[in-house]
Amino acid sequence: MTRAGVGAGTGARITVAAGDAPAAPVRLPRRRGIELSLIVLAVLLSVYGYCAVGLARNGTVPPGAAGYGAGLGVLALLAHTAVRLRAPYADPLLLPIGVLLNGIGLVLIYRLDLETPGDRGAPTQLVWSTLGVTFFILVVAALRDHRVLQRYAYVCVVAALALLTLPILFPAVNGARIWIRIAGFSIQPGEFAKVLLAVFFAAYLAANRTALAYAGRRFWCVQLPTGRVLGPIVAIWLLSVGVLVLERDLGTSLLFFGLFVVMLYVATGRTGWIAVGLLLASLGAVAVGRLEPHVHGRIEDWLHPFASIEAGLGPNQLAQSLFSFAAGGTFGTGLGLGHSHLIGFAVKSDFILATAGEELGLAGLSALFLLYGLLVERGFRTGLALRDPFGRLLAVGLASIVALQVFVIAGGVTGLIPLTGMAMPFLAQGGSSVVTNWAIVALLIRLSDSARRQYDDGKAAP
Amino acid sequence: MTRHIRHAAFFCALLLVALLVNALRVQVVRAGVYDGNPANRRDSIARYGQPRGDILVGGAAVTGSRDTGEQLRFERTYRDGPLYAPVTGFASQEYGTTFLEHAEDGVLSGADPLLAPFPLWNDMTRGRPAGGNVVTTLDERAQRAAYEGLHGRKGAVAAVEPATGRILALVSSPSYDPSVLSGNDAGAERAWARLNGDPDQPMLNRAVRQTYPPGSTFKVVTAAAALDAGVIRDLDEPTLSPAPYTLPGTRTRLTNEGEGCRDAPLRVAFEWSCNTVFAKLGVDVGLARMTRTAEAFGFNRADLRIPYSAATSTFDTSLDRAQLALSSIGQYNTRATPLQMAMVSAAVANGGLLRDPYLVERTTRRGGATVASAGSRPARQAMLPSTARRMRELMEDVVREGTGTNAAIPGAVVGGKTGTAQHGVGNAGTPYAWFVSWAQGEREFEPGVAVAVVVEDASARRGDITGGGVAAPIARAVMEAVLSP
Repeated sequence: MTRAGVGAGTGARITVAAGDAPAAPVRLPRRRGIELSLIVLAVLLSVYGYCAVGLARNGTVPPGAAGYGAGLGVLALLAHTAVRLRAPYADPLLLPIGVLLNGIGLVLIYRLDLETPGDRGAPTQLVWSTLGVTFFILVVAALRDHRVLQRYAYVCVVAALALLTLPILFPAVNGARIWIRIAGFSIQPGEFAKVLLAVFFAAYLAANRTALAYAGRRFWCVQLPTGRVLGPIVAIWLLSVGVLVLERDLGTSLLFFGLFVVMLYVATGRTGWIAVGLLLASLGAVAVGRLEPHVHGRIEDWLHPFASIEAGLGPNQLAQSLFSFAAGGTFGTGLGLGHSHLIGFAVKSDFILATAGEELGLAGLSALFLLYGLLVERGFRTGLALRDPFGRLLAVGLASIVALQVFVIAGGVTGLIPLTGMAMPFLAQGGSSVVTNWAIVALLIRLSDSARRQYDDGKAAP
Repeated sequence: MTRHIRHAAFFCALLLVALLVNALRVQVVRAGVYDGNPANRRDSIARYGQPRGDILVGGAAVTGSRDTGEQLRFERTYRDGPLYAPVTGFASQEYGTTFLEHAEDGVLSGADPLLAPFPLWNDMTRGRPAGGNVVTTLDERAQRAAYEGLHGRKGAVAAVEPATGRILALVSSPSYDPSVLSGNDAGAERAWARLNGDPDQPMLNRAVRQTYPPGSTFKVVTAAAALDAGVIRDLDEPTLSPAPYTLPGTRTRLTNEGEGCRDAPLRVAFEWSCNTVFAKLGVDVGLARMTRTAEAFGFNRADLRIPYSAATSTFDTSLDRAQLALSSIGQYNTRATPLQMAMVSAAVANGGLLRDPYLVERTTRRGGATVASAGSRPARQAMLPSTARRMRELMEDVVREGTGTNAAIPGAVVGGKTGTAQHGVGNAGTPYAWFVSWAQGEREFEPGVAVAVVVEDASARRGDITGGGVAAPIARAVMEAVLSP
């Protein structure tokens, strides 16, 4: 590792040549005040959106506005307090972005609830958000040093595989076998598995990266690592993707694939991995697309989104989604005034972005994308600022999870790539997803805190 | 590792750019295509999301809107639905729109750009203004008189104001209530099936969209052509016409219902509707001049809109002399809508000037501000003014002492012409009873109304079907309704 974190430490005006002797200890600005103001802004924006829906639909501020604002505000303040006490150096943007996205998600779900009076998703989502923030506080409070996680790498991978396999025992829902139902709650264990798997990948790659990068035979123009080193991780990865394909959870399998390739590339620095990854991905995609009817249908839909209309069967979900985005235009119809509910099933989960696209327009959608972009960027920046390989890889992995997931689902509903069912981080209805994303933000908070604390303490990371 | 983290970050940035560019493509570049897709329900939802503007007769709305709270929210209601159905048509979520509801849909639904306070206003606000109103030219009393006169019998009435072309009454019977087709529930579907399956065709607009053989009422056109062409110079000079008349080039002999038609002068022949005289007159005038006069009256015009399109009334232009003889008494391929025959009568009443009929006086915004007015309609000379003067004389004689005495109105000058049209294979069908007329109040400067009535009454005995007996009283009721203060 050379020159890591030069001028990259969350915008701190310091230059430290990592690995070398650190500069004289400086008192770093902690910027918790900025975080607090941004959180207040995020809560106010969400409450504003909530009121806008009510005003557009009924001409009155919704009766729950105060309660909703108070609930979201209290959650955000609790999270902020936890950060202030336990991770005072953390990146001040991460938490506000999480609060804002979660708040907008609640607004959109509340808005869609108006179209489906029999099936209200917002209250449940609020419960799950509370759970997610609680989990966030737990992680921030209990995890004093991210390097502890390295010790639990194998626990993580076993847990991840267990979680992935669990839904096979439960009946399929809408063609995918990825849910488990307990006491009326449905949980998607694969959501949690991706964080655990990222921890495992980071730990394993950090421990073995030298061996991965330099040992082994040369094959074609790729320097292969020895099978002893590469074997276990490829096995784990294949196993998880295999399970997901069996469960027909295409989005998540794509996500795991991308996550694995990115982390392997970052750990070894070998461009060859990217090539191999892309090659394997295309081969796999073609094979699955040809052989699996479910996937084949998705690809057909992607290529010809209006085929069902021409066949006289009416628009399918993707066509309805495209209609939604188009109806939004540049500035959107305004919250509460769109007709994205025409998408029907999955409008609150996989297709929630269509509501954002229709009612907030290209302007609002771009803002959302940029929010995610900012979140990912802060993740990568944390990775750059950290000095321990595990932490760096973990930060990169977590940021990549968000980036890939946003790309796969947003690209799917806007017709850029074939549709794969996945939850838009923070926005979509889905408890497991919200909790997982809060966990990701919690880990990034912890990592960014470490990244900047190391300069403040004047202690060089290993 | 740092370099590779940057690469990975750059890769994620690329993904973000791809998403943004694609969003721009979907939401802006391709948006028009997606918005215009017929399977996209948004347009319908917006269209039914606000009350539709109203159609007004005599200052009062004959339509209304009902809020159902469903996805296609506002449904159309109709006051006196059957009475105005041939004018309003229906506006249905499921089956679209017809007649004025269709022709003035832009105004009624609020989509017409003229309704917006400023140009491009709709594009900026992404909304549509409230639906505007359509003010019709109908005379409520005339409309009602015509509808009640038909009394459920199959038939139609069209009445226009000769000087302007304003349509005063437009009735088709049997009729139906358009409100049963509003909405998209099972009831509308059943009503649609029932109305379409009804052998009486209640949804057929007989006044405008159905053509009939005009029978003897067409003799108005033939007489005008003969006078215009100078074939007849004196109304009282005997014509050299045999009775019965053998159609040229055939052995078919044409006869009359009554006596005294041999060599009868035009005045007598018109009064007593002599087939033989007019068949020969048509042949004497010749195909070219008969066609020119018929077309000047509006026959063979496919583009007549009031503002919804009217069926084309036809006068065949490729005839041999026998066919021309039959065509000249309104048989063979000669067909006319009741509206067309009202136009013929109006042209006579209006000194030979024919103005295109129209049904919409003006369109207004919700608040009543005028958006567009009918304005002055182009006039065409259907016949010479001198011919028109003599035609008026002939028609007045019919009502005063001929076949049309049932149409006489005390205190008014009334002109008319009866007709009984044969139809069906071998003329086996019950004949259609026709009456065309116009009326001028004693104190008026010009005729106030021209009417055409057709009754296709299957229940009457064949002998009773005469224009004078069945159709003339209806025409009188309509004219009285218009003339009475």
